[in-house]
Amino acid sequence: MSSVRQPITDSDPRVMAGFLAEYTTVDDLVRAAERVRDAGYQNWDCHSPFPVHGLDRAMGIKYTKLPIFILCCGLTGLATAVVLQWWMNAVDYPYLISGKPIYSFPANVPIIFELTVLFTAFGTLFGLLGFNKLPQWRHATFSSERFRRATQDRFFISVESNDPKFDREKTRTLLAGTNPSAIEELED
Amino acid sequence: MSGTTQERDLKLGRTPLVMGANDFTSVTDKVCDPVELDVRKTPMAWYIGFGVSLMLLGLLGAMIGWLFWKGVGVWGLNNPVGWAFDITNFVFWVGIGHAGTLISAILFLFRQRWRTSINRAAEAMTIFAVLCAATFPGIHVGRPWLIWWVFPLPYSQNMWPNFRSPLLWDVFAVSTYFLTSAIFWYLGMVPDLATLRDRAVGKVRQMIFGIVALGWRGSHRQWQRYEVAYLILAAIATPLVLSVHSVVSFDFATSQLPGWHTTIFPPYFVAGAIFSGFAMVLFLLVPCREWFGLKEMITMRHLENMCRIMLATGMMVGYAYGMEFFTAWYSGNKYESFAFINRALGPYWWAYWIMVSCNVIVPQIFWFKWARTNLPVMMVVTFLINVGMWFERFVIIVTSLARDFLPSSWGMFWPTHIDLLTLLGSFGLFFTLFLLFLRFLPMVAISEVKGVMPAAHPHGHGNHGGKGHEAGSFAPGH
Repeated sequence: MSSVRQPITDSDPRVMAGFLAEYTTVDDLVRAAERVRDAGYQNWDCHSPFPVHGLDRAMGIKYTKLPIFILCCGLTGLATAVVLQWWMNAVDYPYLISGKPIYSFPANVPIIFELTVLFTAFGTLFGLLGFNKLPQWRHATFSSERFRRATQDRFFISVESNDPKFDREKTRTLLAGTNPSAIEELED
Repeated sequence: MSGTTQERDLKLGRTPLVMGANDFTSVTDKVCDPVELDVRKTPMAWYIGFGVSLMLLGLLGAMIGWLFWKGVGVWGLNNPVGWAFDITNFVFWVGIGHAGTLISAILFLFRQRWRTSINRAAEAMTIFAVLCAATFPGIHVGRPWLIWWVFPLPYSQNMWPNFRSPLLWDVFAVSTYFLTSAIFWYLGMVPDLATLRDRAVGKVRQMIFGIVALGWRGSHRQWQRYEVAYLILAAIATPLVLSVHSVVSFDFATSQLPGWHTTIFPPYFVAGAIFSGFAMVLFLLVPCREWFGLKEMITMRHLENMCRIMLATGMMVGYAYGMEFFTAWYSGNKYESFAFINRALGPYWWAYWIMVSCNVIVPQIFWFKWARTNLPVMMVVTFLINVGMWFERFVIIVTSLARDFLPSSWGMFWPTHIDLLTLLGSFGLFFTLFLLFLRFLPMVAISEVKGVMPAAHPHGHGNHGGKGHEAGSFAPGH
């Protein structure tokens, strides 16, 4: 079967979007993730109600580049604060206060710090959403009633049908061999 | 992070973080049930509390309306006391907020996992307290409709704010603090909002939580970045919280008034802020855990730890009170010495001694374990600490202004009814928001609590080698 999404039946407008396997314990999930990783899948994911430690390795995913993006945001904030205060108070509208120098760096430190933090915080918010492709209100996994427990007390592996290695029979067999408590087809 | 917290707890004979035979399902149920209660079944106690808070909020609105109509003359301000209840309330409320960030960020960095069940409520408290705080500088300027001049916005006068003024630093510090806390709180809540979305029964409820949960689906690729983002937010919120009250103290410390112009102010203010904030967190959580049946998550161990922190920060504050006197004497500056003798023995002696009794003497009771584990004692002590910390700010601000250098320009400040009712009304704003939070949002971080349960850790993989805990086996000595 090719990697294109196939209609489930000719008349049914819904398409097969992948498989969802449910697990009851963290251990089952981690073991299953290792199997799926070793089988060479790419467009798949684990779902859990809380971050499960050790899954990074079990899934074979790299560390995120998010911190680099956030660092850049923080540095932008720092530069903004330095330039903003210098330009506003020493160039565009110079303040002469008690004969002190027009530009004095130490007095600018608190706001440099605050703007660095502010830009970092917003960078984290938007960076996280952007890297995670959120908000994403429509997703194949949401078609499953069972998947509602992914944010409560069950663990899931979803394998998407657009994965180059996806094969309806083989993928199902692979997942069935990982001790899942249920397997479902996802529709989109 | 490994799964050894439980093992260490067992070895040290500590109570586990989650008590009782709880698994992931029951933890989710216990936190979500009160939030998901049908509107018609809301407990009467909530309505009473909310009604009273709403009335106080209305009072605040009326007082502010009257202030705007008549001007700041409706307060008891005079020359020399140009700052009194307004800035006292501002510093008091900002301080309250600090415990939330301490719990959510600093304890997170120190891997103090007992924070997990109390951080959500504490962060909510931070945001609401900072909102209350921000009200006061906003309304204390003579022409509040021009308050936007504090921001560096281009407008027709072609002027910019003076960045060398600590008051402007304060604007930036408090706004940054509010926004960062709000981001931290919201991002921390997204997974729990998704839980509420997935449990929602009605269409409307599903839509609302569906939108605010942003389509979170607990994917591990999302979790990985989420944890990094959370750590970074904690790492920047930590210096931020220390900076905010330091900057607030600069408002005073950079002036030349005796009693204000001291270098001890930043650490002294930060310690006091954490002290008062913890008192407020405890004061709110003790009743909440009873009403919402969360005793197994917010355990006596959590409460005891908070009492210990209050004992420690209370002693720091006490040390600062003592050190101020020492410095005043050691400086040989007669104005400085007079300012402190005047605080303890002058016309505001009663305020000073309320402050010392409530902040230094009363918390000493927490040396005793029976007091740290006794709920009525905690309620009384935390209430008194909040009273004491309000008076601390009053003493610092008003006594220094009332009697500075020249006796001919001394004066006395007495609050008007408007002053007192505005302070009372600010509690209305705070409790209205807090009660709405308790009713509609999960007050415990569900996903984080699950993460500290023994069943959350995989075994026999990598170096997370545990000895095979099972869900439900939390009893000490098991």
